[in-house]
Amino acid sequence: MKKANIQILDGNHAAAQGAKLSRVQVIAAYPITPQSPVTEKLSELVEGGNLDAEYIAVESEHSALAVCTSASIVGARTFTATSSHGLAYMHEMLHWVAGTRLPVVLVCVNRAIGAPWNVQNDQQDSISQRDTGWIQIYARNNQEIVDSVIQAYKIAEAVYVPVMVCYDGYILSHTEMPVDVPAQVDVDRFLPPYKPHTILDPSHPRNYNLVTLANPRVNAEGVLCHGYMELRYLLQEALQNSKETIMKVGREFGELFGRSYARMFWEDRLDDADIVIVATGSLAMEAMVAADMLRKEGHKAGVLGLRVFRPFPKSELVRALRKSRLIVVFDKNISYGSEGATCSEIKSALYGSSINAAIRNFIVGLGGRDVKARELAEAVNKSLLSLKEGILNKEYPEWICYI
Amino acid sequence: MGTRDCKHICGESSPSIGEAGKTGEWRSSRPVIDQKKCLPARQNKPACFQCWLYCPEAVVSKTIPVRINLEYCKGCGICVQVCPAQAVTMVNEGEF
Repeated sequence: MKKANIQILDGNHAAAQGAKLSRVQVIAAYPITPQSPVTEKLSELVEGGNLDAEYIAVESEHSALAVCTSASIVGARTFTATSSHGLAYMHEMLHWVAGTRLPVVLVCVNRAIGAPWNVQNDQQDSISQRDTGWIQIYARNNQEIVDSVIQAYKIAEAVYVPVMVCYDGYILSHTEMPVDVPAQVDVDRFLPPYKPHTILDPSHPRNYNLVTLANPRVNAEGVLCHGYMELRYLLQEALQNSKETIMKVGREFGELFGRSYARMFWEDRLDDADIVIVATGSLAMEAMVAADMLRKEGHKAGVLGLRVFRPFPKSELVRALRKSRLIVVFDKNISYGSEGATCSEIKSALYGSSINAAIRNFIVGLGGRDVKARELAEAVNKSLLSLKEGILNKEYPEWICYI
Repeated sequence: MGTRDCKHICGESSPSIGEAGKTGEWRSSRPVIDQKKCLPARQNKPACFQCWLYCPEAVVSKTIPVRINLEYCKGCGICVQVCPAQAVTMVNEGEF
């Protein structure tokens, strides 16, 4: 068992420690509330000689990820951080990084997207990027932030898929908590050096991301090369297979550091629960308090704290929810015109399974609106009442707000 | 037949002549050099070579006489635009 090194850190500093311990070599970032302290801390560490990395101050988030792309292609371990509009500004490059299969790690400090302008927390920013081909991991607290950033490099570099580690703005980013900071010597043992699949080598000149046509084509060496669709198939295949790597890396982390992450989601009292609350990020902690309240009222409530959103753990979820008769999904996001993204994913996972639970979706906490455990418990009670009507699925979510 | 044998996981290629195929097939008109007007041909010594310099496909030879590789020339007409002696004209492929 390792000797604990407890520091009082806010989420941003925890993320910065994660990047530092992972010995990142190139950091390119642009400030945005509430991410700025991550990169300020990292630039301090570089300036002070405590991190041997190139810190590149770029003029936009689009450029930040473009710089990370080039640096990663030539073999550097790269890091960037952003939120909200910054992530939106990088959108095009998110596709590019995933399509080039570069193991870039990005932390997204979850913040609402305008309009209207809002600097506080919700998860719309990262959820909006769920189709780009990045692995997406959410942290429930600051310990999980530092641990997930370190694991992100091991996962990304094993499967050649970029990883986004997300955590709630202000609620985690600016809130101090005790964090057991791993020792550098242990992280060095855990994280092997980056072996790029792309490298610019004058003796073997190569061209990356050339125009790739619809159909396969024979290349200069006479090999039938993938067309666009085959390369994209490989990305999906990599994401599907990455579940195994994510859990394996999580298990290895547990063996070395004493905190296991061998899971796609956190299970709280699911063994005997027939009411399951699903929440992502810090909300999953609040949900456990709500479950306590419900248990006192005599309900068998449990919490499924979603950790990995992409790849979405469909089969694992079906197993975990097999005893449920009511699933209440709280989303700090919404896919406008439809419903919360997590709720849609869960319904998709359960289709065709033998699980006959009713599902209710609640949109909460947008724009930093405070979410109290009592409100979560009340939403569950409200859902229980409506269960008597025998409605398994509602077309649109309910909102916990003042409308 | 599948493409699994291709070990690439992203779009990549190695540079080589004709990697994108016989781009000469894309042409609808081809450049023709009048050697009586072309400056290096007239002077019989290295001179000008602006067509060689500006060709985006590097299919113009820096030789006397100047030669254009019609296997790959796409017929963009930049050589016509830059020639100071107006020695190059674009002629419709149908005439060949």
